[in-house]
Amino acid sequence: MTLTKAELADMLFEKVGLNKREAKDMVEAFFEEIREALENNQSVKLSGFGNFQLRNKPQRPGRNPKTGEEIPITARRVVTFHASQKLKMLVEEAHHGQQQRDLEAASNG
Amino acid sequence: MTKSELIARLAGRYPQLVAKDAEFAVKMMLDAMTDALVKGERIEIRGFGSFGLNHRPARMGRNPKSGDKVEVPEKFVPHFKAGKELRERVDERINTIQS
Repeated sequence: MTLTKAELADMLFEKVGLNKREAKDMVEAFFEEIREALENNQSVKLSGFGNFQLRNKPQRPGRNPKTGEEIPITARRVVTFHASQKLKMLVEEAHHGQQQRDLEAASNG
Repeated sequence: MTKSELIARLAGRYPQLVAKDAEFAVKMMLDAMTDALVKGERIEIRGFGSFGLNHRPARMGRNPKSGDKVEVPEKFVPHFKAGKELRERVDERINTIQS
């Protein structure tokens, strides 16, 4: 299963009481506000989830993997995401919990 | 931009909505995204990017103080890859060429 805008909109429709149109617009606007901030060189800090930051990368030498021809990779600005401590911890705990359950299932079976 | 600033901006876009609804909606969306990753599911938002988990295999590490070898267990860490639209919009170089 993959979480997409459609599922987020369904959830807002069911749990926040927005109508279908509003729910769809709200999901779109949520991601658009983040894009606009990043586009304006503003980092985005969503406490409990993570931070989106911008990094300027200098030009570096590259190669066309097919032809082997050397071409410079131009300087660019990229987005990086750093998960919050809370998100990292929740993901790790879930994984360890799963391992524990697998081990118990194996020893019981 | 912080979460509360994002909520204020969204509330500003929808004058018919109560500010509390915008706050609730943002919290619900972030919780749903967190839950998806916790369950090991991917998140795919067209034009924005995708979130998933990257596997870090177990490795031998060292305690920097004592120098003792310690086994660092495998783990999963959240990962984000920006989508095409976001990548293009934040990259000044492309913006400069187009304007």
